[in-house]
Amino acid sequence: MKTNGGKALMKSLEAQGVEIVFGLPGGAILPAYDPLLDSSIRHVLVRHEQGAGHMAEGYAHATGLPGVAIVTSGPAATNMVTPLADAMLDSVPLVCITGQVASGAIGSDAFQECDTTGITMAVTKHNFLVADASEIPQVIHDAFHIATTGRPGPVLVDIPKDLVDANNPVSHFDDYEPSEHDLPGYSPIQEPDPASVLEAAELIFQSTRPVIYSGGGILKARAAEQLRELAELLDIHVVTTLMNRGGFPDDHPLALGMPGMHGNYTAVTAIQESDLLITLGARFDDRVTGKVDEFAPNAKVIHADIDPAEFNKVRSANVSIQGDVGQTITELIKALKQLSETKDHPDRSAWKSQISGWKERFPLVYDEWQQGEGLKPQYVIEQLRDNTPDDTIVASGVGQHQMWASQFWKFNHPYTWINSGGLGTMGFAVPAAIGAKAGKPDRMVWAIDGDGCFQMTNQELVTARLENFPVKIAVLNNGYLGMVRQWQELFYDERYSEVHLQPDLPDYKKLAEAMGCVGIRVESPEEVKPAIDQANEINDRPVVIDFRTEASENVYPMVPAGKSNSDVIVHPSQGND
Amino acid sequence: MAEQFHTLVVRVENKPGVLARVSGLFARRGFNIQSLAVAPTDNELFSRLTIVVDAESAPMEQIVKQLDKLINVVRIQELSPSDSVSRELILATVNLTEGSEDNIMREIESFDANVLSVGDKKIMVSLSGPPDVINEFETVLEKYGIVEVQRTGIVALATIAQ
Ligand SMILES: Cc1ncc(C[n+]2csc(CCOP(=O)(O)OP(=O)(O)O)c2C)c(N)n1
Ligand SMILES: [Mg+2]
Repeated sequence: MKTNGGKALMKSLEAQGVEIVFGLPGGAILPAYDPLLDSSIRHVLVRHEQGAGHMAEGYAHATGLPGVAIVTSGPAATNMVTPLADAMLDSVPLVCITGQVASGAIGSDAFQECDTTGITMAVTKHNFLVADASEIPQVIHDAFHIATTGRPGPVLVDIPKDLVDANNPVSHFDDYEPSEHDLPGYSPIQEPDPASVLEAAELIFQSTRPVIYSGGGILKARAAEQLRELAELLDIHVVTTLMNRGGFPDDHPLALGMPGMHGNYTAVTAIQESDLLITLGARFDDRVTGKVDEFAPNAKVIHADIDPAEFNKVRSANVSIQGDVGQTITELIKALKQLSETKDHPDRSAWKSQISGWKERFPLVYDEWQQGEGLKPQYVIEQLRDNTPDDTIVASGVGQHQMWASQFWKFNHPYTWINSGGLGTMGFAVPAAIGAKAGKPDRMVWAIDGDGCFQMTNQELVTARLENFPVKIAVLNNGYLGMVRQWQELFYDERYSEVHLQPDLPDYKKLAEAMGCVGIRVESPEEVKPAIDQANEINDRPVVIDFRTEASENVYPMVPAGKSNSDVIVHPSQGND
Repeated sequence: MAEQFHTLVVRVENKPGVLARVSGLFARRGFNIQSLAVAPTDNELFSRLTIVVDAESAPMEQIVKQLDKLINVVRIQELSPSDSVSRELILATVNLTEGSEDNIMREIESFDANVLSVGDKKIMVSLSGPPDVINEFETVLEKYGIVEVQRTGIVALATIAQ
């Protein structure tokens, strides 16, 4: 049967189970938007292509399914660079379709031409420039395979306009269903090597101060259950990195919370003092390690990851296990059980009581609110946490509010925390929340955003209103690029350079209303809960709450950049010795 | 060749942009390339690269594993000097003066190099051989004044196991 590139593109996306795409049309992709009208796929019309990319990411984070964005050539493709880079660093499965100028015009500086595959090479797991219409079914088939298997990531497919244009004979070809993949250089290893698993199990039996250091790979591998089983079997504490918040329940007695630059004292210190890091789907990011040479100096390392390039990249491992981290944990549990028939674990009671001592002495704290101050951002987050359903999905921007959200929320379920960890993309929260709501329409979705971040992508609230994604946005409005202000306060002698925003401009309430949302302003602590309750009742449109927070508030604990984790600065009330 | 240089033989899919993917990866991760040679193989679907990398710029393990993540990279072989044969070709145009002509001709002969073109004041020669011989030859030519030189970069194959 004859088909054409445009039709085949839609059919190929449908064959991948795609139900929703986020995008915005333009000249080069125009012919593909026509068959979209006849497709079962829902298209969400965004206001800026970056929004489409982050929505697709939010959708992927929340559902585990690949997110799909579709945009035109040139400026639209360049607008997509940030979400692609974001998805690359956070291993988010994403497929992005871009239009390209007609095949014959490529290389001629044609209108809205840019070298999309060249530009995005460094920020995608792989990209394709389609050369012939008949490649489309195969390339889409391969693109989804690459995006979703192994270490997930973004894949871009650039398609010249003529190849999807039904009126152009070059777009015509005999339809087919691809079955095999045409990827001779790609075969990710899923199964862990049994000998390495056994070696890891034996190391665990020798350790008196073990910690499970779990990262975003746990969520990507959908291995939260296995992680919990392992932790409980061994009775070993678990730290969850920024990318794995929710991957182990915060209300579990073995949970230590987030490590790293703004991690809590116990998570940071337990890693630092450990004699064995059981590293599961984590990559020793510099925000976690601090000064690498002084990171966990006495720890042996077990490193399990789907991506072997992570082994010995930052920290050398005593045992590295390549494979799906869920399968690895399952095999590790088997090996541990088998070994326990002939061996006993060493006495770890001293280590455990040391950990509980730290937990007791250094909980996350903040100063009490004083009359005349702005709201305590931590208090706002606690109120949000306590007055929303336990399985609420929280998306966040980047800055102080992100750290407070990660610290003060209690994540008890996987896939409830969506943020930009690796790239640290301001503006992520609003579109990511919308994408999450698109994927999980029955769940409550809150974004915790900063005033700086909100001003980067808030226009997508128009999309949310019109496409009926009633997300709720808590803007922690401190009138500052707060995280940068904090660094200037602490490391640049309070010389504030270009960090003041101005809390009253824009008028967030009116801005929300102008975009068809409900806008609420909250200035005093007693208004916080009623405003949250009010927002929770509204389900027919997005809500924005402008929480006027205290500008001078700092995030603690803090490991200054480049310093050792042993130099962690705790909240001033807890004393720094 | 100094210890720090390692030879990788990389089989890649013969797709547009594949060289940019490889060189882009080296550039953005700060891996230094000493030389790179690329040519099609007997199978038109694949090309073969010989990359000599500077292992002081990054650990070999990282270089190999990052390279292996490129979807179009099919196979990577790390060749050790003892188990492989390397060859390089040099083309050079050198100044000829009345006093130097005889000496140059003698050097060319002693290296078994080929004379490709001769003019009044210049001579073009070529030599293929192991990289250290090529280095030596180039040093000799420098004495006479090199006008232009082009080396191909190293190509290598594993030696046949006995
Ligand atoms: C796109 C982008 N530009 C700049 C930065 C650097 N940066 C990190 S946090 C931050 C401040 C964010 O301000 P705001 O959204 O108000 O959050 P706050 O820290 O005040 O909670 C900045 C500018 C970034 N992460 N992303
Ligand atoms: Mg702010």
